[in-house]
Amino acid sequence: RPHPDPVREDTMDTAPRPQTLAEKIIARAAARSSVLPGEIVTCKVDLAMLHDSGGPRRVAPLLERLGATVWDPSRVVLVSDHYVPAVDAESAAILKLTREWAATQGIDGFYDQQGICHVVLPERGHLRPGLFVVGGDSHSPSGGALGCFMFGIGATDMAGVLASGETWIKVPATIAIRWNGLLGDGVSAKDMALAMCARLGMDGGAYQAIEYSGETVRALTPLERLTLCNMAAELGAQAGMIEPDAATAQYVRSAGGDPGDWQSLRSDPDAEYLQVHEFDGAALAPQVAAPHSPANAAPVDDADAVDLDVCYIGACTGAKLDDLQMAARVLRGRTVARRVRLLLAPASARTTAAAARDGTLATLMDAGAILLPSGCGACAAMGAGRLARDEVCLSSTARNFRGRMGDPSSRVYLASPYTVAASAVTGHLTDPRELLSPEPGA
Amino acid sequence: MSGRVWKFGDDVDTDALAPGAYMRSPPAELAAHCLETLDARFAGEVRAGDFVVAGRNFGMGSSREQAAQSLLLLGVTAVIARSFGGIFYRNAFNLGLAALISADVERIESGHRLDVDAPNGVIENRTTGERLCCEPVPEHLAALVRAGGLIPYLQATRGARS
Ligand code: SF4
Repeated sequence: RPHPDPVREDTMDTAPRPQTLAEKIIARAAARSSVLPGEIVTCKVDLAMLHDSGGPRRVAPLLERLGATVWDPSRVVLVSDHYVPAVDAESAAILKLTREWAATQGIDGFYDQQGICHVVLPERGHLRPGLFVVGGDSHSPSGGALGCFMFGIGATDMAGVLASGETWIKVPATIAIRWNGLLGDGVSAKDMALAMCARLGMDGGAYQAIEYSGETVRALTPLERLTLCNMAAELGAQAGMIEPDAATAQYVRSAGGDPGDWQSLRSDPDAEYLQVHEFDGAALAPQVAAPHSPANAAPVDDADAVDLDVCYIGACTGAKLDDLQMAARVLRGRTVARRVRLLLAPASARTTAAAARDGTLATLMDAGAILLPSGCGACAAMGAGRLARDEVCLSSTARNFRGRMGDPSSRVYLASPYTVAASAVTGHLTDPRELLSPEPGA
Repeated sequence: MSGRVWKFGDDVDTDALAPGAYMRSPPAELAAHCLETLDARFAGEVRAGDFVVAGRNFGMGSSREQAAQSLLLLGVTAVIARSFGGIFYRNAFNLGLAALISADVERIESGHRLDVDAPNGVIENRTTGERLCCEPVPEHLAALVRAGGLIPYLQATRGARS
């Protein structure tokens, strides 16, 4: 390796330096007692996640050039989610190549059209607190919701990981974001994420690790925590993390995983943070991000008066079971406005099954939702649901960059599943609290 | 390195660099749509050796390596920006594209001609005559660029090991 770890005097002190959760996981993966932000260390990778778009079709030729095979197939999970289901010759060929590569490399953890990678990994028990994980996708920070250090890498980086089982990392500093108070009814993790994008900007995370904490975060379900950490990507962070708690351990167990020694995985009380930001969860209103940036978020009541053509409930960010249930609470007994298409792409096959069992799916379909296959689909204009010229869309996805969901002239607003559902009913941007009846039993 | 400048603003994202709708297409075709939502002339008129200069958070968004790959295919040798999206920054060096961080990007405009001395962090703006700075590239990344990217680098180091 051409880059020996810089020797710093403070690593030689006998008193251990207090560490954040991110630093502890990196230090363990680097076989070190501690690490310092800014130093470059080489880490053993516990798990590598690939998908059909950036995965085998890009990585296999690179591995061939290296004369290498996958270092440990049991540490690789491969998910076909971007080009599913095949809509043309190219996507069919990509999916076939992905399937064949999984077979030749002996990858048991291969999920063919079972849902979006960031949802399939946790729901199938592949993530557990304390893992050092790389993902071939920019929303990989999602995994931090379960106490992993997980970050996104490109195909060439991934080829290096698959060949060697290792990768280099410049140890990030940790930014603390504390959320106080409990969210009001009709307000969700998506609103928290958009509010942070608005205040901190899309480079507010400065490619460091963000640690979310506070009463608001503790009260979120594991699936809502996935939404929060997912959009650490929109803050420009390398990773988003939440200290594991009993809810995390319970979720991991129910997914068939082993939460291990999760109680020890927390930041030391006197650990150093690069920045500390405070947010008020109790005062948070539903947010809408205007085109063409998640950072253009503002309370829905301040949002533009625009007529919507498409409302989209989809993506790893906005179509998990909790997201569908939020939409169903708004849509129960209502119908979608005539001029609006409400497209629904549940984030995974298991999400669809669970939503079918508990009646959520029937509520959404009765309201007029159009069911699309589980996958990335319209989120990245890769599958069904592409926007046409000048169309206006309100979406539960993470990104509204120009042209992302189709034609470059289309305009995408972002909001929570509650707000998308409420706006589908009225045909314009609408505060979901106006349509929500009090929680049953509340 | 010496070439002409194509100037862009803040937050140039990976959907602008490698639009999702063309991600199924062969690399050359994808590159033909590079940055078209921001400057329709760019892909057609950019020449080998040109520089892309931009503001904050260049390459934010997706992990798709085609964002950096498309610039390389069009002949761009370096991107100079105030800051970069973290994954783009890693990808650029992994492919052998220099990503240079400079606080002086306001002093550079489209059409300017630059001489860039990356190892020493010096940018000569030949159009304005100004001498500007960029951050010298960390040694472990410079090693990747010298090798022509991570794969040739690993080929060399793995070969040396066996
Ligand atoms: S659903 Fe959208 S954000 Fe999520 S992995 Fe797919 S393309 Fe990315």
